[in-house]
Order: sequence, then C-alpha cells, then structure tokens
Amino acid sequence: MVEAGRSPNIEILTNSDLLSIKGKPGSFKAKIVQRPRYIIAEDCTACGLCTTYCPRHQEDEYNENLNITRPIHIDYPQAVPATYYIDPRSCLSLTHDTCQICVPVCQSKAIDFSQKPEEKTLEVGAVIMSPGFGRISEETLAKYSYGKHADVVTSIEFERLLNPSGPFAGEVRCLSDNRHPHKIAFIQCVGSRDIGCGNGYCSSVCCMYAIKEAMVAKEHDPEAEITVYYMDIRTQGKDFDAAQKRALDKGIKFVRAKVADVMPWGDHLRLTYSTLDGNHSFKPYDMVVLSVGLESPPDAQKLADMGGFKLNKYDFCATDTFTPLATSKDGILVAGAFNGPMDIPESVTQSSGAAGIASGLIKKQRGKSLIHKTYPDEKKMGDEVRIGVFVCHCGINIGSVVDVPDVSTYAGDMEGVVYYTESMYSCSQDAQEVLKDKIKEHDLNRVVIAACSPRTHEPLFQETLKDAGLNRSLFEMVNIRDQCSWVHATEPDAATDKSKDLVRMAVAKARHIQPLPEQTVPVNKTGIVVGGGIAGMTAALNLADQGFNCSLIEKQDSLGGNYKKLVHTKKLIDQVKKHKLVSVYTNSGLQQTSGFVGNFSSIISSGKGTKAKEVTLDHGVIIIATGANEHRPETVLGNTIKYSKNIVTQSELAEQLEGKGKSRAPKSVVMIQCAGSRGDDLNYCSKTCCTTAVENALTIKKINPDSQVIMLYRDIRTYGYAEDLYQEAREKGVLFIPYEMDNKPSIAEKGSKLTVSFFDPILQDDITMNPQMVALSVGMVPEETDTLSKLLKVPVTADKFFMEAHVKLRPVELPVDGVYVCGLAHSPKPVNEIIAQAQAASAKAAMPLVKGYVTVDPIVSNVDKETCIGCKLCTSLCPYQAIRMVKDENNRPKAETIVASCKACGICASHCPTFAISMGGFTNQQINSQIEAFGRDIKEKETETA
Amino acid sequence: MAKAKKSREGTVMVLGGGIAGVQAALDLTDLGYYVYLVEKSPAIGGVMAQLDKTFPTNDCSL
Ligand SMILES: Cc1cc2nc3c(=O)[nH]c(=O)nc-3n(C[C@H](O)[C@H](O)[C@H](O)COP(=O)(O)OP(=O)(O)OC[C@H]3O[C@@H](n4cnc5c(N)ncnc54)[C@H](O)[C@@H]3O)c2cc1C
Ligand code: SF4
Ligand code: SF4
Repeated sequence: MVEAGRSPNIEILTNSDLLSIKGKPGSFKAKIVQRPRYIIAEDCTACGLCTTYCPRHQEDEYNENLNITRPIHIDYPQAVPATYYIDPRSCLSLTHDTCQICVPVCQSKAIDFSQKPEEKTLEVGAVIMSPGFGRISEETLAKYSYGKHADVVTSIEFERLLNPSGPFAGEVRCLSDNRHPHKIAFIQCVGSRDIGCGNGYCSSVCCMYAIKEAMVAKEHDPEAEITVYYMDIRTQGKDFDAAQKRALDKGIKFVRAKVADVMPWGDHLRLTYSTLDGNHSFKPYDMVVLSVGLESPPDAQKLADMGGFKLNKYDFCATDTFTPLATSKDGILVAGAFNGPMDIPESVTQSSGAAGIASGLIKKQRGKSLIHKTYPDEKKMGDEVRIGVFVCHCGINIGSVVDVPDVSTYAGDMEGVVYYTESMYSCSQDAQEVLKDKIKEHDLNRVVIAACSPRTHEPLFQETLKDAGLNRSLFEMVNIRDQCSWVHATEPDAATDKSKDLVRMAVAKARHIQPLPEQTVPVNKTGIVVGGGIAGMTAALNLADQGFNCSLIEKQDSLGGNYKKLVHTKKLIDQVKKHKLVSVYTNSGLQQTSGFVGNFSSIISSGKGTKAKEVTLDHGVIIIATGANEHRPETVLGNTIKYSKNIVTQSELAEQLEGKGKSRAPKSVVMIQCAGSRGDDLNYCSKTCCTTAVENALTIKKINPDSQVIMLYRDIRTYGYAEDLYQEAREKGVLFIPYEMDNKPSIAEKGSKLTVSFFDPILQDDITMNPQMVALSVGMVPEETDTLSKLLKVPVTADKFFMEAHVKLRPVELPVDGVYVCGLAHSPKPVNEIIAQAQAASAKAAMPLVKGYVTVDPIVSNVDKETCIGCKLCTSLCPYQAIRMVKDENNRPKAETIVASCKACGICASHCPTFAISMGGFTNQQINSQIEAFGRDIKEKETETA
Repeated sequence: MAKAKKSREGTVMVLGGGIAGVQAALDLTDLGYYVYLVEKSPAIGGVMAQLDKTFPTNDCSL
C-alpha cells in the first residue's frame, strides 16, 4: 500500500464517489466528486495533536465502532495517504458551526474548513471495478443475539480485538465487562449458505479466516477453549487443509452442527445447537464470534447502472466462466470480492489479470502518460562511517516482547553509530519521510533497520535510501520480529538480548559495507509458454494481445489439454492458431533453459520420429502451464479398486452421461468424495471434485428423477456460487451422508454385484447397499512438475505443485525471476479460476517486456582476477551457470561472473580455494566482522561470570 | 472555435482501493499506464487493512 502511495504513476483520489462513466474502450470519461477532508494534505504532518484537543467523541469505524475516536483523526498510523481528516457527520464545526478548536492547535496550519466538494472528469482508456464487498445485515445477525449482547461479535470485530491497534490494544476482552473470555465459540456460515437472508452462496473465505482467528486467539491465551460450529469445513485452497490440521493439533474443537440460537444467560451466552443425529444440546460461552459472509457492496446496483454492466442474482458483478474478469460492458473489467466472494490471493490474482487485459485493450496508448521517477545523485562517500540505527516496535508485534527502547539506546553506544531512534511502524509512509530527513540531518552514510522481514520490507527501505541520495546497498536489515519477538514470545529478556546481538552484528557489518553499482541488462521482448491447455493458450493469447511474440509449447500432438471437448477450448485453439504473434510447437518439449530474466535461451525438441528436430528459442520470460491429470488411485479409503464400467471416476461418469438414452444414468449410484484426496493418498484437497460430483448428480436426476444418488463425503466443498447446485441437488433428493476417517466406507465387488457399507450418522446405524455404480471423486495430480522444476530451478511443494514466490502477494510468480505459473500446475482449481490465473501470469510476464530492461541485484559475486588461479571449481559448482572462464591478457584462464545470471547464492565464494570470489554485500570482511561482533558479547559475558 | 482539450492517453481508472484495487493499480503502472485510484473512504486498503493477520501466511497484512 505504501508502494501505491509512493508511485508517481498512481493518483490516489480518496473520499471520492463516482458520478458517471461514459464512453468506450480507449476513451472513457468518468466523473467523480471528491469530498473535502478539511485538511490540506500537503501540510499535515500526521502529528496527531488535533485529535487530542478535539472535544467531540465519535465511534471509531476503523475499529468497527468498538471504541471511541474524534471527528478529526486518522484511521491508523500506516494509513495511505497519511493525512488526517474530519468526519463531517460529527464535527461540531461542520454540524453546529461552533468549536474549531483544532484550527489553532495545528502547528502546520493544515486545517481548512473552507474546502468544498470538487468535481473531476477523468479521461481513461479502461476501467477496473474493485469496490469489494459489503456487510451482512444486522437483521440476519440478530438471530444470534448480536446487538442484544455485547459479547456476540462479528468476525471482523474479532479481528479488531486481536489487533494491536484494536480497542484493547491487542488483548481479547469481553465487551460487556472487560474480562478475558475463556470459552469462545465460532459460528460458521452466518449470512452465507442461507436462502433465508437471500445469500444462497458460500462466502468461501470464512472457514479459513475462522481457523486463523481461532489460532491467533489461542496464541493470545493458550488456555482458551475454542469451538467452531460448522456444516462443512471449506479449506479448499492450496495447502489450506494443513491449517485446519494445525488448529486441531492446538486443541481447537470442530463440531458439525447447526446453531439454533444464542441467548444471553446470566453473565454468559447460551448457544443451542443440533447435531446430525437430531440431538439438541446447549453450551455456555463467554464470547460468540459470528463468521459473517461477504455480501455484495451496498451500492452495487448504482455502480452497475453507471457503468452499464450487469450484476448476477446475488448482486455481485456478473461474469462468464470463460471471461471471468470482464463485466458485460466492453472496456470495464472487474477484480476482487466484487467479482464474488474470494480471499486475498485470489483477489490479487484477478487484479493482475484485469490489469493485463486492460493493457491489451489500450496497448497503443501504453507509456503515453507515464511519469518516470528520478532519484537524486548519490552523494559522495567520505571516509567517516556514519551509521543510523532505527529500531521498530511494529505496533506491539515486536514491542510487546522486545524492549525496543533498550535495544535502540544500546545501539547508540556502538562504534560508528551517530544516530539511533525507535519507531512505531517503520514501514509507514511518514516513517519514510522521517528516515529521509534523518539521513540528511545527520549526514548518514549507512542505515541499519531492526524490524520485520527483509523479504517483504527491504525493497521499501532501499527505495527510501535512494530517495535520500544513498546507494541502496548501504543498508542492513535485522529481523527482530521473526527471530526475536515471535520465536521467543514467552522470554522477553532473552528476546531483547538476542535483538541486541543481532543489531550489534549488523552494525559491525555496516561499518564495512560499500555502495554497489546497479546494472541494467536489456530484455528480449518475447515469451514462451509451456503447456497448451486452457491455461497455456489463454496466457499465450494474452501476452500476444499485449503486443509480444510468444511460443506455445505442447507435448501432445494437439492443443487443448484436459478440456479438449469444451466449445470454448475449440475457440481458443482457433484464436491461438490465427494470432500472428503466437507460434505453436506441438509434440514438443522443453529440453534445456539457460540464462536469466529478460535473456533466456531454451532448446525445444519438436516433432516426432524422422521429423524430430531441435529448435533454440531466445526469450525474455517463461510461463509454466503444464497442468494436472486425473488421479487414479488403486486403493481408495483402504479398499482395493478395480476400475470397471461399474466402478468409475467422476469424469468417466460425466462422459457416460453425455450420451443418449435414459439408461446412461445409473439407477442407483454411490458417489464417494475425497477418494484419494485429503490425506487418503494425496495430501491435498483437489478443490473441484465436489462441484463436479454435484453436477453429475444433478444430471442423473434430470435424466432419471427416480435414480437413487447417494454421496458420501467428508466436507462438501461447493464454495462460492456452486453452493446453489448443492442446494438444488438436495432438493432433488440426492442424499448427502458424511463419513469420518476413523470409520471409512467400504467397497466390495463380487462378480457384477457391488456392495458399499458405511455408517450413517443421521440414522446412527451401519448401512449396506448394492448400488449399480460407484463413482469416485479421485482428485488430480500435477503433471511431471519434477522435470521442469529441475530444468528451471524452481521449487515445488511437497505435493509437487509449483511453489509461488509469495502465496498472497506474488501468487503467479515463481522464485526465479522471469518464470511464472498458472493453471493446474499451480494447484487444483476450476476453469474460471484457471483462466483468471493465466491472465494474471501473462500480465506479470509482460512487465519486464514492457520495461525493456532488467536491473541486476548488486549483491552478485565478483572474481578478483589477480587471486584467481583458474581452477574452474566455481564454474562446475554454480547451479545457475553464472560463471564462465575467460582468458586474461596473458592468456591465462580466469573466472568471470555473468552478473545477470548470478543469484548471489555464494556457493562459488565459499568454495574458491584462493578466496578470489567475494559476494557484493557479503564480503569476507563483512561476515567476519559480524561473527566477531557476535563473539565479543560472549567473551564479555564469560569475563563477567568468571 | 476553441481547440478541444487534449485527452490524457494511456490512463486507467481503478474504482475501489482495497487490496484488489491497489494491486491492479500497481500492476498497471508496471505495464506502462497512469492510474487514477478512486476510493470512497479516506484511506486505501479496504478490509485487509482491518485484518490482524491474514491467512495463509499469517504475516501482517500491509
Ligand atoms: C473477518 C474477515 C477475515 C478475513 N481474513 C482473511 C485472511 O486472513 N486472508 C485472506 O486472504 N482473506 C481474508 N478475508 C477476505 C478479504 O478480506 C478479501 O479477500 C479482500 O478484502 C478483498 O479485497 P477487495 O479489494 O476486493 O475488497 P475490499 O477490501 O472490500 O476493498 C474494497 C475497497 O473499495 C472501496 N469502495 C467500495 N465501493 C466503492 C465505490 N463505490 N467507490 C469507490 N470506492 C469504493 C472500499 O472503501 C474499499 O476500500 C477476510 C474477510 C473477513 C470478512
Ligand atoms: S462453508 Fe462457506 S460460507 Fe460457510 S463458513 Fe465455510 S466458507 Fe463460509
Ligand atoms: S471431494 Fe474434492 S473438493 Fe471435495 S473435499 Fe474432497 S478433495 Fe476437496
């Protein structure tokens, strides 16, 4: 977010409402009105003095009205923009024309009551709609005594209670009497899967966030007794089942039950629930958390009318399975929760995809309005080392465990440190300004920040350094969150000591760091896509639509992958073949790839038999879309399976149902879910099989309403709108019966007679039946990810799907720059999600191609040719082929780094027998001084105790 | 007759500054476009800014 705040190419218009949109792709006119903040943004320093003087109280909406703030305030310290504002609904001056106490208080004279609403017309080429989601009505929540009893809270309120900047500064307390709740219940599906309140769909995210909230609450108070009441646990996302397992291990209880009501009961709450066996029970709780669903935003209809696009029956934006990011109006795209309930990884993916499509629509206008950021010249480095140390509280994330002021003053005493301070949130926008000011004020030439993870925040701080005229290498970051306050949460003294150790070591290293030049390398503006299924074809087309040449490499002799039969696939194949910028290679495979982002070179084997040949392609980026196959487990839930016309997979059943004649629908079928998935054989949930099974069940019922369809399941995961199908299937008489892993169904086959036995928790009895058919939801397995993983040096998960660089923030990028993933090779998912992800991958892949050059991380290895004896050890060891041998002027072999290929792993440097190789940013001198600094303290302690 | 005002080409409007809008805006700039990020509330970030930690990685949401 801070990044968006700093970008010169993003104009953030807050407090703004849309009035109208007119036009067509390439030329829209949008009218907006910007409501006044009553504060001059440029002048506000976010000091907060005004809030302390303002006499008027107001509920704090950011904290879900759980505490009080003043009309003049900022939502939270890291808010972007970091400017205060006045809420006109409660300000005494704006409502009663009195007060204005704040005006003289503000030292920067930033308060301006004369501001008026301002209308603006924006001329844009495309529009992306991302207004998110709305709230479940209080009427729906009232059934659970919400509003009647203060300790019935929504999950969003509970998030605030858990949060350090929340109403009790991160302590979970009952709102009724401030006690710590001991027994907490979560009720799932509140306002979701509930036709009564008009929301038939599943909100897809609440099971997962309830698990998260329960876990965090348990961290706050390990003694807390937490129970989650649910119908199905829908943790269908990548590696999400593992989260529930962790919760179970932590002692969080999960009860499959319907909650009838929640009633005040003395000081407590009484929760009444009914389990599958028909029993009603009740239990007392201190606090009840309602896992509220995601509803369409309140102004959805207004937005749709203005934009001229359609909504679906639940008032979310209407989209099509095959164009999941397009509204019904050309040039207006949609991303995030407004496109149906979804979590952050999915929202981020959709956003990238929508950006890519918009980019394709108006590619002729690309770059025309772009502002290029410039940095001040790097200042000259004097001989004097002037280090500044900044220690971050991270709210209470670090500060509640580590004694931050102590660490900061400790740093102040160290050699070379000329300035030290602590800060609440070092990553906030105003903290960046402070950092810049302090660099200038104290003429700092090295900066050490002790805060959270460099993985997420180093680039931000380095950017600030550049803004202040310092080379970005003159920076050391210490992670005292993960390594101190998190892992030593219960030992504050030890955590503080360790923080000091780490800071001392960083300062020792910082004394020796030197500016490193940033190099840029031009980019080959083409891409290759491996895998010609729906994902690969979508990605290739998209990249080509954005104006880039691209080669599509398919192993089989035709394109289409798993979905060859879909009409949409046939259309795609046609488009791919016709597109001038796409070259298709069938019967082909990637043999070898070398190089680095912007400059890859790959060898493709192409064609079969005598026509086989090898082709070398130079390219800038690579997208992996190699897909997955249907799993065919030989044992299912402990039963040996022989596939036949009676024991089939769901996809085989679907095929059979496509035929003709009533007899294609079995008269009786038992469907078994998670056959092979979720710990049976594969560890993960295959995400799509519940919906596929329900679709097949419905088709059977349509062909022959008298067919008996029984589905044995663990959790029915028809998330999102697919919940409608599940409801319909129940109405049509499909029987859904859950099974447990400690009492699995058994399948036996004698001749042509099938016998299935299982325990029915509704009847509380063992049932045996002889269905005509057993249909197995067998899940899917990734296709040969191992080979590509080795070839491209990209990691796979334990389940053999490609592992993205960051699940939430970089969901389609792989850890190797310039390599992207989409579709089933990433994880199981349905077609609409595959397409959105492919669109996202091609948008991300287009970025280096658009930029035209890549910047090389300056921490690469560097060979001192004088010391190098030309033994070639390093060239043989480098996993990235980033070192080559060259001849020096005396014709002696010397090693040389190909900087753009070097990943700075340091293997070469650690093996060089003559210490000829050093790593930028990790020289021997730097590392040695770091180690010495660590030892120094131990020595001191030893002498103390001796 | 007055000359028509020159339009700004290569710009995109993103409506709603939650995580989805912010990500779209950032990506658009990387793809070569200037973005107007229109947000009705006084700050960007949407619901994510209210969350404590976020699954699946449970790190801070900012
Ligand atoms: C209790 C709870 C916990 C959750 N926990 C997690 C989690 O741990 N991990 C996870 O991945 N997901 C989680 N989610 C889901 C997550 O919140 C959503 O995926 C995410 O917020 C969606 O982002 P968005 O940008 O689409 O919408 P929003 O966050 O709703 O943002 C929409 C933005 O648009 C603005 N806006 C709305 N209408 C207009 C308009 N007309 N004009 C201008 N601006 C407008 C809003 O003010 C807002 O800033 C959780 C959800 C809830 C309810
Ligand atoms: S089943 Fe769906 S609606 Fe119900 S709590 Fe889980 S994710 Fe939310
Ligand atoms: S059937 Fe498939 S989608 Fe449903 S729970 Fe099992 S693995 Fe997940």
